[in-house]
Amino acid sequence: MFPVALIVFRESLEAALLIGILAVATKGVSDRGRWLLVGLAVGLAGAVLMGSAMEKITTLASGVGQELVNAVILSVALVMLAWHSVWARVHAKELVSQAKTVGSMARNNDSSLWPVGMLVCLAVLREGAETVLFVSGLLSGADITTGALVTGTLLGITLGATVGLLMYLGLGRINPKHLFSVTQVLILMLAGNLASQLAKTLQQGGWIDKLLDSAWDAENLLPMDHLAANILHSLVGYESNPSQLQVVAYGLTVFTILAAVHWRESRAKF
Amino acid sequence: MNRFKLSVLLGLVTATTFANAADLEKTIVIKGHRFEPSEITIPAGQRIKLTVHNQDSTAEEFESHALRLEKVIAGGSKAVLMIRPLKPGRYKFVGEFNEETAQGVIVAE
Repeated sequence: MFPVALIVFRESLEAALLIGILAVATKGVSDRGRWLLVGLAVGLAGAVLMGSAMEKITTLASGVGQELVNAVILSVALVMLAWHSVWARVHAKELVSQAKTVGSMARNNDSSLWPVGMLVCLAVLREGAETVLFVSGLLSGADITTGALVTGTLLGITLGATVGLLMYLGLGRINPKHLFSVTQVLILMLAGNLASQLAKTLQQGGWIDKLLDSAWDAENLLPMDHLAANILHSLVGYESNPSQLQVVAYGLTVFTILAAVHWRESRAKF
Repeated sequence: MNRFKLSVLLGLVTATTFANAADLEKTIVIKGHRFEPSEITIPAGQRIKLTVHNQDSTAEEFESHALRLEKVIAGGSKAVLMIRPLKPGRYKFVGEFNEETAQGVIVAE
């Protein structure tokens, strides 16, 4: 039961942290809870579907079908996150000034939050599909009782959700004055993380073969199996042994988003 | 600007080489939560097409930080992983769902 719980925990950690961070970043915007939950529900449903179809998906594109699907998912999530960063920055000032004038925290702009729901959905879909595959394989093949399997899975998910909740509560304690900047930085790094993972997926699928040597190797300092490395990976995209391409993708993404925010903000002033 | 970045990336991807017939091919089988063979020697500096055939009934996650490869393979299923051109050395990989027994190494020379 415990090995199952551990693996499910590690798979759910990344999605849980993302949800926690997005929940804090969208605090005060009405209906954001609904978007997060819808994203979660759709992601879970999609994960079950994708996990069951994994064999067919794998054989697509001469055996790298999974990488193809992952690359598409990561690309869409990256664009969503980048868009949200720019949107939130430009509209934050609007929201704050409205709160002061009308005394309510936010106007009803829930139509603008669908990228957040989409992001949650995509993250849960990716991690969830692997977990579904793992669990359903054990269900049919291994000598583990169904009860132990279910308990282990639930335990793993609960642990992952707890860490996400801790992230949410921890971030929530930050002075509201600084909270926005902190979450924007976190989201920026999440975007870099997505770009880095996209680079890794493209390498694994064999579609890119340049800049693939290691940029650095910190495996002896902080090995990827360490829990701290897992959390750092989900938060800021820490990799002990990233390729040069991954580093470039990360840096390019962060730079591009910051440049886009700056450009939009300077246009909004008059 | 995000769309611009995305299209640059897509352009980069389509402009680079796809897997071609000249790629060296290697196969590893997963059986009884072990890799067979557990040690493979390949030429350094060349891209390799690795096929992993999971003959167990349970899924396995082929993972290697050194190779930068990570993939869940369903029970009874085959999957392809493209190993990037490697510098000479030993590159460990594991089956993450059965790490005590599923261990292997790729030797590039």
